[in-house]
Amino acid sequence: MKTYTNPVYPYTRAADLSGAPRRWPVIVAGAGPVGLTAAIDLAQRGIDVLVLDDDNTVSVGSRAICWSKRALEILDRLGCGERLVKKGVEWNVGRIFFRDEQVFDFNLLPETGHRRPAFINLQQYWVEQFLVERLGELPHAELRWKNKVVGVTERGDDVTVKVSTPDGEYSVHADWLIVADGAKSPIRGMLVLEAEGQVFRDRFLIADIHMTSDFPTERWSWFDPPFHRNQSALLHRQADNVWRVDFQLGWEADPEEEKKPEHIMPRLKAMLGDTADFEIEWASVYTFQCRRMRSFRQGRSLFVGDAAHLVSPFGARGANSGIQDVDNLMWKLELVLKQRATLTLIDSYDVERTFAADENIRATTRSTDFITPKGKTSRIFRDAVLMLAKRHPFARRLVNAGRLSVPAVLRDSPLNTPDAANSEFEGAMIPGTPAVDAPVTGPRGDWLLAYLEGGFTLLAFGAVVPESNVAALARSPIPISVVQVGDRSTTGACVIEDPDGVLAARYDAKPGTCYLFRPDQHVCARWRAFDPARVRAALARVTGESAMVEREAA
Amino acid sequence: MLNTEPNIAASDDFYQELIDLHRDLSDEESALVNAKLILLLANHIGDAAVLREAMQAAREEVGGTPLPLGEEKG
Ligand SMILES: Cc1cc2nc3c(=O)[nH]c(=O)nc-3n(C[C@H](O)[C@H](O)[C@H](O)COP(=O)(O)OP(=O)(O)OC[C@H]3O[C@@H](n4cnc5c(N)ncnc54)[C@H](O)[C@@H]3O)c2cc1C
Repeated sequence: MKTYTNPVYPYTRAADLSGAPRRWPVIVAGAGPVGLTAAIDLAQRGIDVLVLDDDNTVSVGSRAICWSKRALEILDRLGCGERLVKKGVEWNVGRIFFRDEQVFDFNLLPETGHRRPAFINLQQYWVEQFLVERLGELPHAELRWKNKVVGVTERGDDVTVKVSTPDGEYSVHADWLIVADGAKSPIRGMLVLEAEGQVFRDRFLIADIHMTSDFPTERWSWFDPPFHRNQSALLHRQADNVWRVDFQLGWEADPEEEKKPEHIMPRLKAMLGDTADFEIEWASVYTFQCRRMRSFRQGRSLFVGDAAHLVSPFGARGANSGIQDVDNLMWKLELVLKQRATLTLIDSYDVERTFAADENIRATTRSTDFITPKGKTSRIFRDAVLMLAKRHPFARRLVNAGRLSVPAVLRDSPLNTPDAANSEFEGAMIPGTPAVDAPVTGPRGDWLLAYLEGGFTLLAFGAVVPESNVAALARSPIPISVVQVGDRSTTGACVIEDPDGVLAARYDAKPGTCYLFRPDQHVCARWRAFDPARVRAALARVTGESAMVEREAA
Repeated sequence: MLNTEPNIAASDDFYQELIDLHRDLSDEESALVNAKLILLLANHIGDAAVLREAMQAAREEVGGTPLPLGEEKG
């Protein structure tokens, strides 16, 4: 590749090969984007974590390119969002073409007042490299390359992981195993589990090319274009003048033939013009699938990312949703490891993230049906929608070139405290919703999300939480930090200002309104007035130990 | 609820217009026009329950396995 050289990370002999096997609170199997994110989150929480990967480098060739707003917000919390955003290219606009003309364009983030854009594009290897480097800064993590997991046994609350290295095999113990070993998940096989779903009968040529061009940084999707009749195509810019190109090939295409440069070049020339100056960085032919495991928890093995669920890439929902798995799980694991919550909190990971996985699978399956219609009639309806979309706004909503990753609203989560009947909240921020960013001013910078990091946070509109309560909440077994939205005259706990009223509007807040956020920034509960007993009850619902929390907080 | 009582005043005129709509079109072009017409009308109706009822009624007595009532696809 012209623009990237895969790092070769050093292999070192594990001490466990000679000494007694060590016991870790958590072992992460697989250092892809999801496993690395998991390890960073744990290490940042001060939990010792061992990461095992069978390889010694990052992704060879790019796979994921689109990183969603929510994934970036999570990576901000983990100390590496800014690096991704600086290296990547921001985009919000997409264009749809049908045959030889543009049908319409769309903006995925039409409003301002968010720190992060709808998406950035950045090659997966860069992201993994940045994550590896971030993990290296954290004292609680150890990452072992060329350490392949070859066996997993569970006995009671112990997971024994058998590891194969160039110097031989060893065993290591953990309280919990995070299984992040990707779509083929050897560990899923070792535990005799399956991911069920469907394979789409189509093939796609995915190529990254290096090209200096003044095409805008937008997502261009073609249906039945003159340069690739009857099929679909996509062009999207990444960092370093690298462009992602997708060609639908049909089920009959021969993947080995299609990968050869002599077949790829004519396709690219037809798309980009004879005079375009480009080089192929990397190319591959894919068949896509949508599958998930029935449960993401198997005893003390917790499945995350592609190992747990697999989607076709049309919605950029693979890595983005894997990062959200991690965001959902790690704070729960911390509370359980510290014996502040019962195992039902771990089960809520399965409940919440299988719900999200189903949403992602549904969305990408529908996109796949639209992009590659199966059968004559679905093709006719697809073309009818595209023809109508040029003149009729209603049809634009039906065009489905990929419903790009947005976080699931966990509306039915058992962890939510339902709104009181008389609270009369309007707008989108119902319990189970991930926090929406807003511009603020205060000691930790200009964006709301920076104030909702780490643990539970109570966001109070107005100086409505008495000082003694602020202190008591901060000292409780599961600390809750209070952030008050006020003005310069407000004293006490962390105070932020909402200079343009955007925050209050987005949260439908009135003076007195309080939102309790989970450590993953999802709305846990909300009220129109502060009541410490209700806050405690909401927390007890999360931890599953009402009695314990009530007693200790008293 | 789907109205299946007579609702078009000059029904013969309407029917003729519908047939005329397809004059000089190949079967494939006709299928496309029909699809566009369905989409335009469906959007005009808007009500998901009415649309579902209409789809059920259209599918009746046409073979295949009957549609499961009210189930979402996916
Ligand atoms: C063409 C394409 C385009 C895509 N585009 C996007 C996109 O735009 N946005 C998006 O969000 N997603 C996208 N995806 C999906 C994304 O690439 C995956 O969802 C993501 O890589 C999953 O990360 P992961 O960490 O779960 O698994 P992986 O990235 O597969 O990592 C698994 C890791 O586990 C290691 N491993 C495997 N077995 C063992 C073992 N026995 N012991 C130790 N280690 C092991 C592997 O070496 C690897 O490092 C795309 C995918 C493809 C193919």
